[in-house]
Amino acid sequence: MSTRITIDPVTRIEGHLRIDVEVENGHVVKSWASGQMWRGIEQIVLDRDPRDAWAIVQRICGVCTTVHAIASVRAMEEALQLEVPLNAQYIRNMILAAHTLHDHIVHFYQLSALDWVDVVSATKANPVTAARFAEGISDWEGNSKAVMFDTQERLKTFVGSGQLGIFANGYWGHPAMKLSPEVNLMAVAHYLQALDAQRWANKIVGVLGSKTPHIQNLAVGGVSNPISLDSQSVLTIERLLEIKECIDKVGAFLHNCYFVDVAAIAASYPEWLSLGAGVEEFLSTPEFPTDTRSTQFMMEGGFLHGDDLAGFKKMSGFGDPYFTEGVAEAVTHSWYTYKNGEDQLKPWKGETTPAYTDFQEEGKYSWIKSPTFYGRPAQVGPIASVLAGLATGHQPTKRYVEQLDAKVHSLSGPKLTPANLNSTVGRHAARLIRACVVYENLLANWNLLMKNIGDGDMTTFNKPTFPKGEIAGVGQVEAPRGLLSHWVVIKDGRIANYQAVVPSTWLAAPKDHEGQPASYEVALLGTPVADSERPLEPLRTIHSFDPCLACAVHLTDLENKTAVTVKAL
Amino acid sequence: MSKTIVLGIGNVLLSDEGVGVHAVKALVQQYDLGEDVEVVDGGTTGMELLPDLEGADDLVVIDAIRAGQPPASVVRLEGDQVPAFFKTKISPHQVGLSDVLAALTFKGQAPGRVVLIGVQPVTLSLGMQLSPEVGARLDKVLSLVVGELAACGHPATIRT
Repeated sequence: MSTRITIDPVTRIEGHLRIDVEVENGHVVKSWASGQMWRGIEQIVLDRDPRDAWAIVQRICGVCTTVHAIASVRAMEEALQLEVPLNAQYIRNMILAAHTLHDHIVHFYQLSALDWVDVVSATKANPVTAARFAEGISDWEGNSKAVMFDTQERLKTFVGSGQLGIFANGYWGHPAMKLSPEVNLMAVAHYLQALDAQRWANKIVGVLGSKTPHIQNLAVGGVSNPISLDSQSVLTIERLLEIKECIDKVGAFLHNCYFVDVAAIAASYPEWLSLGAGVEEFLSTPEFPTDTRSTQFMMEGGFLHGDDLAGFKKMSGFGDPYFTEGVAEAVTHSWYTYKNGEDQLKPWKGETTPAYTDFQEEGKYSWIKSPTFYGRPAQVGPIASVLAGLATGHQPTKRYVEQLDAKVHSLSGPKLTPANLNSTVGRHAARLIRACVVYENLLANWNLLMKNIGDGDMTTFNKPTFPKGEIAGVGQVEAPRGLLSHWVVIKDGRIANYQAVVPSTWLAAPKDHEGQPASYEVALLGTPVADSERPLEPLRTIHSFDPCLACAVHLTDLENKTAVTVKAL
Repeated sequence: MSKTIVLGIGNVLLSDEGVGVHAVKALVQQYDLGEDVEVVDGGTTGMELLPDLEGADDLVVIDAIRAGQPPASVVRLEGDQVPAFFKTKISPHQVGLSDVLAALTFKGQAPGRVVLIGVQPVTLSLGMQLSPEVGARLDKVLSLVVGELAACGHPATIRT
């Protein structure tokens, strides 16, 4: 006898995702992930000037605006084989790094910590004990008794007011919640401090990108930030020093707070290092280019199977044929149709023609397409990036993996291995390791930019010239959620085709043309469900992917189950 | 001096869905606003708005909503109606914005007052222009926003 659970919408994510699971004897035996929104950006940029596309496509998403903009300019540059000035590379790298840190901090604290932390239990904690515990595992400044008392007061007021807001959807008192009231209180204190940390990360994006959300400073061929050592209206040394201050503040939070909290969660929930494995093929792209032709990178990317680090296949750079020839998308179970009925299409030949049915378990059930890499679904995201680092002997990756393992061990937790990173808690661990590596890249790019400007190079832009005839390009970004690619065909200087294959497409896809499930569906299988009325465990696994379904639009009619009455004016 | 934020949200790729963003753009083009009024084009973002909304005394949100009203209707909600409104999922953006408001509330930095000016869309089809019907209501939306600004001590003047 099985129980069917539908979670629709999944909350604390960006966008609209529906999850269906069938539970037998307390475990998930079947699963479906369904994107409930339709994405149409591909059509809107058709026949436009390729130089304008980035500003338009960054509007498709609620969180990843920045990475869509960067992917788009990279696609045009790849098509033109256009070099990007060093200053522009460094500035883009810093924007991407800061955006990633913002995403990872907000994801861990604001969007997923509440799956592990029982906020209501924290009201019963002894603040003195909580501070003693917190100070025992980190010398973070936000662990004092005063902080714990203050946090608890705030929390009591907030809970008492009945305005639980995001907390209203939490499964407080659920049997799968295992932290003591004191550890919960520490986590709630850090939840509040993370709101400050994300601000500093966002400020970096804002100063460099001129505006956030939706940066303004990109251009095909570089960036539009004029650099001058003495003018106030442009990127000055003063602004660069302001950025450095933000970098340092984010770094302190990252190392002393986020790092320790992830270790504490891993040590407290060891069973979740063996639950929630996604598909075992990992795909990432090299990122943080440091030369004008984008052939040298601070982080490597490529493909590997399972934990076979020796078998890692490295991507040589942007537009590597190994990547472009490997990607194809199926729509067998998606609400689209291909006009010639192909099983799969390569993105440059991609089509986006809607064919809505309704939710059909064995038929079409999602607005998301099913991408594959050489015929197999792949898991993109922090695990893929960390494994690529380990496989290529990337020192910062290796160092942070070892440090985190040691910290988890010191808290009596299990060993972290390349194999168990592919799990629900392993995904949080990998995201943290990636955040630490990205932080180092942020700092390194800041230093490179300062040095390059100091050497007298003020160039930020190479003018693109679009030829007669047809060219094609791909823009790759190792975005916060993993590999993002934009595919463009340009004919006589106008966009003739455009396709975005986003990280959540790889992860949240429905089954492909051969019935192979993608990571969300795979990861849910075997998940325990203690209480089918309160399916906390499946949510833990889904949230661990940092779902972002907002690269899409709401086509479905949202039900108005309202108690609110509104009056037209 | 109190700080007031006018936030326009929406997806400008989906015609009327982007009415909030179109409205804030028109607002700064047509009016001189005081220094203490901050206008934010929030686009489609969620948690990225956190720093922008911290510590505001008044927040005026402009958004496309599905309120069961005739197309191109303009509605105004205030205070308790607003969080409740976001809970009922009649706006595509409520997930992001309600999370942001809740996080700010918890931190003690929520806006003192939240007013929502909503417009019932005519179409959500692909396109970067508003439908003529909703376009024709922009003046109404702006006059409501300017009224809100005046009520919280920030009279705006029409640019000449």
